[in-house]
Amino acid sequence: MKTITAKRTLIKHGQGLRSLPVLPLFLAILIVLPVLVVISALLTPTWEVWSHLAQTILPEMIKNTLLLLAGVGAGTLFLGVGLAWLVTTYRFPGRKILELLLLLPMAVPTYVQGFVYMATFDIAGPLQTFLRRYFTDLTWFPEIRSGGGAILVMTLVLYPYVYLLAKAAFREQSGSLIEAARVMGYGSSHIFFRIVLPLARPSIAAGVALAIMEALADFATVRFFNFPTLSDGVIRVWHGMMDLRAASELAGLLAFAALAIVLLEHALRGRTRYYQTGGKAPGIMPVALQGWRGWLITLSCLLVVAVAFLLPLTQLAAWTWNELPRLPEGTMSVYAQLIRNTLILSLSAAFFVTICALLLASSIRLNGSSIGFLLAKLATSGYAVPGAVIAVGVIVPLSAFDHALNNLLEAWLGVTPGLLLTGSIIGLIYAYVVRFMAVSFNSVDSSLEKITPNITSAAQILGAKPWRVAWKIHLPLVAPGMLAGAILVFVDVMKELPITVMLRPFGYDTLAVWVWQMAAESIWAGASLPALAIVLVGLLPIIFLTRVASRNN
Amino acid sequence: MSRTSKYFTMTFVILAFALGIFASTYFRAGNEPQIPAEQAETKGIVNIYTARHYGVEQVFEAFTAETGIAVRFTTGSDAILRERIKAEGKFTPADVYLAVDAGNLWLAAEEGLLSPVESEVLTYNIPENMRDTENQWFGLTKRVRTILYHPDRVSPAELSTYEALADSKWQGRLAMRPATHAYTQSLVASMIAAHGEARTREVVQGWVANQPTLIDSDTRILETLAAGGADVAITNHYYLGRLLEANPAFPIRVFWANQNERGAHVNISGGGVTAHSPNRENAIRLLEWLASPQGQKLFADSNHEFPANPAVLPHPIIAEFGSFVADPINMGEFGRLQADAIKLLDEAGYR
Repeated sequence: MKTITAKRTLIKHGQGLRSLPVLPLFLAILIVLPVLVVISALLTPTWEVWSHLAQTILPEMIKNTLLLLAGVGAGTLFLGVGLAWLVTTYRFPGRKILELLLLLPMAVPTYVQGFVYMATFDIAGPLQTFLRRYFTDLTWFPEIRSGGGAILVMTLVLYPYVYLLAKAAFREQSGSLIEAARVMGYGSSHIFFRIVLPLARPSIAAGVALAIMEALADFATVRFFNFPTLSDGVIRVWHGMMDLRAASELAGLLAFAALAIVLLEHALRGRTRYYQTGGKAPGIMPVALQGWRGWLITLSCLLVVAVAFLLPLTQLAAWTWNELPRLPEGTMSVYAQLIRNTLILSLSAAFFVTICALLLASSIRLNGSSIGFLLAKLATSGYAVPGAVIAVGVIVPLSAFDHALNNLLEAWLGVTPGLLLTGSIIGLIYAYVVRFMAVSFNSVDSSLEKITPNITSAAQILGAKPWRVAWKIHLPLVAPGMLAGAILVFVDVMKELPITVMLRPFGYDTLAVWVWQMAAESIWAGASLPALAIVLVGLLPIIFLTRVASRNN
Repeated sequence: MSRTSKYFTMTFVILAFALGIFASTYFRAGNEPQIPAEQAETKGIVNIYTARHYGVEQVFEAFTAETGIAVRFTTGSDAILRERIKAEGKFTPADVYLAVDAGNLWLAAEEGLLSPVESEVLTYNIPENMRDTENQWFGLTKRVRTILYHPDRVSPAELSTYEALADSKWQGRLAMRPATHAYTQSLVASMIAAHGEARTREVVQGWVANQPTLIDSDTRILETLAAGGADVAITNHYYLGRLLEANPAFPIRVFWANQNERGAHVNISGGGVTAHSPNRENAIRLLEWLASPQGQKLFADSNHEFPANPAVLPHPIIAEFGSFVADPINMGEFGRLQADAIKLLDEAGYR
């Protein structure tokens, strides 16, 4: 009798499950809409532009894009996983502080790292100027304006994504498994490649996918480095040939590339599922390294921190120092306003992106349909589309809505309220949700993935309604993933440029907008103060995140 | 309370806080201009979308001080601001569109975003080739894209025209801006207008064969010249003006290009009144003031540019560069030929 009751309950709630995704479905459609607006341009291709591109620059752009993705993918994988492994499994001098410092390059916007590196290492920069005193011939000095330079700069700011997620994944692993392997006499490389790495695979894949998609969407940095990629091509066709349609078609191609990356990442996770079972096992016990071995690790970590974080920080601080006497009066109150605007946008974007990601991820997991899966993947592809294109994809439906509403109200009531969404904070946050959904979704989803279905089934069999399952059981389990995702989004929105420039309310300036205004005129010294402010404000949530994580440890 | 629920509570508190801030500022801030009520009643305001953002604040402040009309402005790149005006349609808050590079103004007019302005002040002050044939936009400042050189390694007698830089004697000695930038595109567009595509293609191919160092910043190009990374470059004149103001000993010199033929390549920054401008009178007033001697002086000097109004003298630093003959082409041509210029640059392998 008991089994039959259980079955009935299941069936009943099975129907409940199907009715659950109405809100998430609506949400997913809203998020996918701007990407679809962009992709839909592909339906009516502008052959003239395509054949011109194919005959001239498209092959080079595709080659460069693949090189960039391979380089940034390999670089962030190596640095992110390697460093995470070092700080998790070894005890060495300064480990605590280095563990935190290694995250900080994340706060440096890619374009800022780009112009600092160029200003430091190009022909007119201080390093080559110094070297010219001792060498007459400097042709051996590698050219920073190159694909290699772009890959280096992007790897240095993007590896923390992989580092953060890999470290969390290593932390979650049960130390007893590794102890067992150690007792059985396996070496640390064996343990790493056969046990730790496969277990951490979903998180690492998620991190690398984020880094790659970010590199795919970048169009400012690659332009500094004379390395035309597909994203650069989008802006080239739009701003140069003044052809937004053809640019959207190219951007549609990017969205498909993003979809391919997301699906590849999913495939890389493999069909095997890894679940945390039982209670929280003690984590991996770090091995203390004595003498020079320990110091060697300290030194390698320090080197990464120095080139990825201290170098840009020092350069920006030096420029700012020179600029300070020239600042007009009232600058401080302007900056207070800029910082306030930046914080408001970043915090509210982090909030809304996280809520949407949670709703989407959990409902799709509960629902388990393949359409939902595809929709979710489509909803995260905005991360690989250049922000400027997302901005257009957002402003088109928003203004259409505004104009339609005005027409209706005028016909019915004779009033025109004007633009409600276009050029409002709501429109801006909407665009952020579309652009950064992947960041939050991936962290939430990889946490959700580790929840064993047994927990869900148990709760359902005990008669819990779907909302209750999500609220009482899933939410507490994914809270760490949500927090990590929210902070990543926060930092990303602080650094975001094209969407903010295009969709912000009239005269609503942020730190990033000020950096852009100066950098566009190549007044790098003038851009240094707002850039420094972005880095410093961005540090706060990152430090907060690590504090919370280490307390949890 | 377990650890995970602590996590949850903390996340929740932070996010609720974020929502609070968001809600309060959104509903309080609105989109209203913050100007004294008294002023708004009498003189009103003018809203500007400007792609020119270097030193515009002082100029607008001077306008407000003189006319009592409050100025609100928002910045953005030329293309982004055009898309925004287009999407906002008849509800746009923008009265004036200020852009750099004539191509952008031409396109704004082409897309129906601007409206014709009949103003004797403007037609009197701004030369004919620097405004739209239907008076939809007006040039306000002139920037000359010309040849710059390091006097230790190049004698001005060796220089003549943009076209002559295709000569193989400049192999490995040139620094130029990449094809992605509007400055390069407009220069090539002006060459297409002067010579036709075939001859222009030869010139661009000659430049490419000389393997120029491509740097996407005119300032950095000049610094590279000074550091010895190249001998000759093509940049806008005012970047040298800026560097000379900071360091009067900066070693790079200006050479006015093509003086014995069509003249040096001049581009403009300028503006027009939007098609659905809510404060049209004030918008015209602003453009007229910017074209007047007083506005011209401030607007051009803030960026070391040449005033479009021939009656106004240039800033002393750039006056030292000497007088020059300018290519008399109508600047709208840069917009019309820009897409052709990009295709030509792509085909010639100029990146």
